[in-house]
Amino acid sequence: MTEHVLAGVPAGRASWLHHYANPGRFLRLAQPVLPWAAAFSIALTVTGLVWGFFFAPADWEQGIASRIMYVHVPAAWVAMAGYAALAVCSFFSIVWRHPLADLAAEEIGPVGAGFTAVCLVSGSLWGKPMWGAYWVWDARLTSVLVLFFLYLGHIALIRAFDNPAHGHRAAAILALVGAVNLPIIVFSVQWWNTLHQGNTISFSGNSKIYITMLYPLLIASVGFYLCFLTLVAARMSAAIMERRTRNLLLAAAERGA
Amino acid sequence: MNLAPFIDGSYGVTVLFLAGIGLLTWTRYRRAVKRLRAVEKTR
Repeated sequence: MTEHVLAGVPAGRASWLHHYANPGRFLRLAQPVLPWAAAFSIALTVTGLVWGFFFAPADWEQGIASRIMYVHVPAAWVAMAGYAALAVCSFFSIVWRHPLADLAAEEIGPVGAGFTAVCLVSGSLWGKPMWGAYWVWDARLTSVLVLFFLYLGHIALIRAFDNPAHGHRAAAILALVGAVNLPIIVFSVQWWNTLHQGNTISFSGNSKIYITMLYPLLIASVGFYLCFLTLVAARMSAAIMERRTRNLLLAAAERGA
Repeated sequence: MNLAPFIDGSYGVTVLFLAGIGLLTWTRYRRAVKRLRAVEKTR
C-alpha cells in the first residue's frame, strides 16, 4: 500500500510523509500541544491588540486611524498564508493521497475565510475615513475579495458530493488553480496604480514603519498566525475523533446486526 | 471626522470573530472528546 501510494517519491522522504500522514499519530502529537498553543496565541493576540489599540502612536498622516493596521494587516497575512497552506495540502492530496491533507484542507477553509472577512471589513472601515469610500474596485481590494470567494467556493465544493473523496479531489483542484491569485494580491500594488498603499514592511530591510508601530504589529501578527494554527489543529483533531466515533458506532451496529 | 467608530468597529469585528470561532472550535473539540470516550467505554 505504501509503495503504491508514495510511488515516485524517494524512499526517505516517502517514509517521512507516510509517518506523519497517520491521523492517529497527528492526534497523539497535537493533543498535548493544543493547550499550550492556545495559551500562547491568546496571550500574543491580546498583547498585540491592546498595544495597538491603546498605546501605539498615531501616524503623522493618517492619525489614529492607523490603529486599524494592527488588526487589518495580520488578518490579511493570515488569510494569504492560510490559502497557501490550503494549496500545499491540495497538492499533497492530489499527488500522494495524503490522508491528513484532505482533513487539513477541509478545516483550513472556514478559518481562512473568517480571517479574510476580517481583513475585508477592517480594510473597508479604514478606507472610509482615508479615501472617503468603504469600497473601491482597486486591484488589491478586488484580488482579496476574489480570495474570499475562492475560500467560499472551496468550503462549498469539498462538502458538495455524496462521496467525500470526490469532494476532496474537486476542491483540491480549485485550491491549486486559485493559488495563482496569491502573487496577484502581493504584487497588485506594484503592477497597477492602486489606491491601496504600497507594501510598508519589507523583509529585505527597507521597511517604512517606525519601530514603535512595528513591535505591536509583529506581536499581533505572530498571535494571529498562532491562532490560525491552533484553530486548524483543534478542528482537525476534533474531525479525527468524530470520524473514529462514527467508525466505532458503525462497527458496533454491524456486530449487533 | 470622528475616527473612533471606525477603529472600534474594526477591533470589535476582529475580537468577535476570534472569540466566536475560538468558542465554536473549543465546543466542538470537547464534544468530540466526550463522545469518543463514551463510545470507547461501551465497547
